[in-house]
Amino acid sequence: MTTVPTPAPPTRRRRRVPLAPYLFILPYLLIFATFWAWPIVSSFLMSFKDSRLGAAAGYGLSNWQRLIGDEFFRTALKNTLVILVIQVPLMLTLATTLAVALNSRLLRARGLFRFAFFAPLVVGTVAYSAVFRLLFNGEFGIVNRALSGLGLPQVDWLNQPVPAMAVIILAMTWRWTGYNAIILLAGLQGIPEDVYEAAAIDGATPWQQFWKMTLPLLRPTLLFCVVLSVIGTLQLFTEPALITNSGPGNATMTLGTYLYQQGFRSFNFGYASAIAYAVAALAAIFSFAQLRLFGRDS
Amino acid sequence: MTTLESTPPVTRPSRGKAARDRSSAIWLHVALIPLALLFLAPLWMMLVFATHPETAIFSPNPPLWFGGAFKENFDGLQADTNFIRALGNSTVISVAYTLLSMLLTSLAGFAFAKYNFPGRNILFGLILATLTIPTFVTIIPQFILVARDLKMSNTFQAVILPTLANTIGIFYMRQAFQTVPDDLLAAARIDGASEGRIFWQIALPVVRPALAALAILLFLASWNDYLWPLIVLTQKDSYTMPVALGTLVGLTRVSWGGIMVGTAIATVPFLALFLALQRHFVAGIAGGAVKD
Repeated sequence: MTTVPTPAPPTRRRRRVPLAPYLFILPYLLIFATFWAWPIVSSFLMSFKDSRLGAAAGYGLSNWQRLIGDEFFRTALKNTLVILVIQVPLMLTLATTLAVALNSRLLRARGLFRFAFFAPLVVGTVAYSAVFRLLFNGEFGIVNRALSGLGLPQVDWLNQPVPAMAVIILAMTWRWTGYNAIILLAGLQGIPEDVYEAAAIDGATPWQQFWKMTLPLLRPTLLFCVVLSVIGTLQLFTEPALITNSGPGNATMTLGTYLYQQGFRSFNFGYASAIAYAVAALAAIFSFAQLRLFGRDS
Repeated sequence: MTTLESTPPVTRPSRGKAARDRSSAIWLHVALIPLALLFLAPLWMMLVFATHPETAIFSPNPPLWFGGAFKENFDGLQADTNFIRALGNSTVISVAYTLLSMLLTSLAGFAFAKYNFPGRNILFGLILATLTIPTFVTIIPQFILVARDLKMSNTFQAVILPTLANTIGIFYMRQAFQTVPDDLLAAARIDGASEGRIFWQIALPVVRPALAALAILLFLASWNDYLWPLIVLTQKDSYTMPVALGTLVGLTRVSWGGIMVGTAIATVPFLALFLALQRHFVAGIAGGAVKD
């Protein structure tokens, strides 16, 4: 605090609007406006333009009409939702269990366990897609070798619709479980220890403690994980593109790979923008529903 | 903060509880060890396959331990993709992106955390609101802007500039700067330091740990980014490492030994770094929650 002997008039002296914060924000804001805010608007406008007609095309609903009747879009949407409904709950259940286990004082060599579960995080999507493609190869993949070693039938993983989907789900679970476990672990460590001590004195079993205390207290963190996972899954691209090549047929085509195909293979920017906004609308609906269902107090 | 040594001294330690703890501990390890091995297995196979010729990878008894074909595989990879060039491109891009992004997000994060100015809440709200918008929405206009309007295809700028709009980084740095005491900044102000100097010489050093965690995450995100570089880089000489590897993976006839060498080279430095900096890394992800 500066010590001013006589109370100076409140305005005019130091109460000018400060310039510094604006200068600090300006560089980021320029990038943000150019490469984020404007594209968001531009993409919306583009979704009403039939880009196959070139620059002269006017605005209309043709892309959106096409989207509604497009069976490829419906396949991509269905596949994405199937992955979403199976993979996200599977992964988050596993991640929560892992976070609780990794947080347990009974666990030895915690560092090693953390390394094991979090290591997939640093592997790039291209790298791990390649590894999964090799491991699940129908002829010489090590997974099939292991299956026959156990006396089980081999599976032509990448050339059949359901197994191909299973590989995508397994791959995503392998890569993102540790990431979610880290976030949940941080959430767990934010829960004060004396809550548990009090419950233990009152005779609560570990099982009761988990359901009645850990889970409710962890709800905001879990909600955060759910929202991020759902948005991530809605844009799923690399795994189906590189592990299964959207196949067999279009069995693992997702909204992401379909958008890429329309936008950057067929260069149909207007239609691809409509797909992008359909994804955005889905993301908004899901996020809103999750906040209403689970986020009452956060 | 973990609680390893704090045992409640008041209650009499009962024999039953100790025995129950021991059996829980055993069960915990019995369940966790196979799962941990399962999580490590793909990485292990990647390292092992990188050192074997293709014939060994395809043989009825696949190798489980290292072989001697690393050099041969690497030469094949280099011949197919000019991998060294791609690694160089990736390094330049990732370093430049990390430094620029750290600068931009910490400047803005500092302003949002430590100044009260008209429009602050609206601006911050606007930036945060875009978090829930999938990146897919922007990718086509970004491409048109960068490739057609700015004519930047196949340049480093094309990869770096659009990705600099990193919303989560701002959020993360704002939280970090909120921990800097106001008195510290006020004291510097009394001593006549300019606002720029206060940011650079007082506030920034205080948040160095957060900045280090952010740096790792930014570098990793850039290093592993695939879709955007794939879109703006169309010439082999400008490929980043993931794009170069991606061209191999998509083919039907592929040299798996070479691909495994490439993926191992892309991954192993970070596994080592991760092992060394695990604490900061975990704290960083938990704090910032950056997902690519």
